[in-house]
Amino acid sequence: MQEQPSAYELVDIVAEFIRVHAMPQLTGHAAFHALVAANALDMVKRELKILPKATSEEMERLRALLGHDGTLEDLNRELCGKIESGELTLDTDGLADHLWAITMTKLAINQPKYSGYVRALEEGYGK
Amino acid sequence: MSDKVNPIAAPLAAALAREIAGVNGIENLKRLSGGASQETWAFEARQGDKVIPLILRRAPGGDREKSATAAGLETEAALIKLAGDVNVPIPPVRLVLKESDGVGRGFIMDRVEGETIARKILRDEEFAEARPKLARQCGEILARLHSVDMAKLPPLRLSTAKSEIEQYFNTYKTHNHPHPVFDLAFRWLKDNLPSETPRVTLVHGDFRHGNLMIGPDGVRAVLDWELAHTGDPMEDLAWICVNSWRFGNIDNPVGGFGQREDMFAGYEAAGGGRVDPERVKFWEVLGTLKWGVMCTTMVMAFQAGDRSVERATIGRRSSETEVDLLRLLAPLKKG
Repeated sequence: MQEQPSAYELVDIVAEFIRVHAMPQLTGHAAFHALVAANALDMVKRELKILPKATSEEMERLRALLGHDGTLEDLNRELCGKIESGELTLDTDGLADHLWAITMTKLAINQPKYSGYVRALEEGYGK
Repeated sequence: MSDKVNPIAAPLAAALAREIAGVNGIENLKRLSGGASQETWAFEARQGDKVIPLILRRAPGGDREKSATAAGLETEAALIKLAGDVNVPIPPVRLVLKESDGVGRGFIMDRVEGETIARKILRDEEFAEARPKLARQCGEILARLHSVDMAKLPPLRLSTAKSEIEQYFNTYKTHNHPHPVFDLAFRWLKDNLPSETPRVTLVHGDFRHGNLMIGPDGVRAVLDWELAHTGDPMEDLAWICVNSWRFGNIDNPVGGFGQREDMFAGYEAAGGGRVDPERVKFWEVLGTLKWGVMCTTMVMAFQAGDRSVERATIGRRSSETEVDLLRLLAPLKKG
């Protein structure tokens, strides 16, 4: 149990500082990079909120697909190898759902405005 | 740079004077942003009381070494001339630099006025009349580009679907971070590899927003021939349809401005031959994956020491291509 403010709150206030206080005093390239930096912190904020639950669900699906336990990285490498070799395919129970889930999690964190992500939600992903 | 003269200004002016009669100096030489692997400079040549707006494309730092994948600047200049001969809109090349010019490898071409920034082309009122015509125009231009006589081409790498898949698979494995969706896409590409192309042509290799100079009248010039090679002409028709180049206009597959059918019709009407939509789809999957893998190379560049925030965040854009790949290969069941 870490002290407060939480990591989320700290990143939030730094992003706010950049946008409200630092950026108005910057021009040209520095102003542009400050905006990119603030956007990167927003990404971190979303990751802090979304990733813990998403990762435990990812682990659960990986164990089901591969039939054993392991680290997140090892299981992912094994999954990649089995997709590459053709041992697991889109006809394998649960593979397509898993790939959609990890991808939608990434987009929810990295770029929730991306057209392909927005369209997948409109097409009923997760409903 | 305003308080001191750029050291390449004088040799540039001298080189130009050799090709264009009456040129007695250059002004407003400035480096344009963008162009990761080649430098682009804008300047004006003084010719009596006239000024000629020009562009210099140059190897970084004037280096005369040749890179492995890039066609090379002398080759680019030759391709632009050949494309112009078959009525592809291009910026006319004024001169190719010689070693004795002392400016490095590169060439000088006319500066064509217009816009290359996708968001402006897709949103601004100025281009409203051009937009509905662009898809067909792109088809017509590509048909002519693919008609360049193979016998006249300078030496170019031949890049087949198979070799592209191998190249990007190796890059993906070098990065060594698991992307299950990339593995799915590589597997699909290997399983769905089309038969050998019935026709090997010149391929531009990077025909998309950013490399198309567009005015209110339509496409004015096809730029950046750095990735040109020979191969399957369907590659060019597909690359401009990759969702990353639609800039949010997902329902307009061609560059965010038009429909595939219009581009294909323009292509066939201008003598490009029959378009095989399945083949184009194959190349769209490959193109989407290529851009995804390229994003991961940004991560490698960042981790190797190119420490800019922008570089760092571009790496995460690979996930955008993953959702596009899934929409192509494992579409959600409509329910």
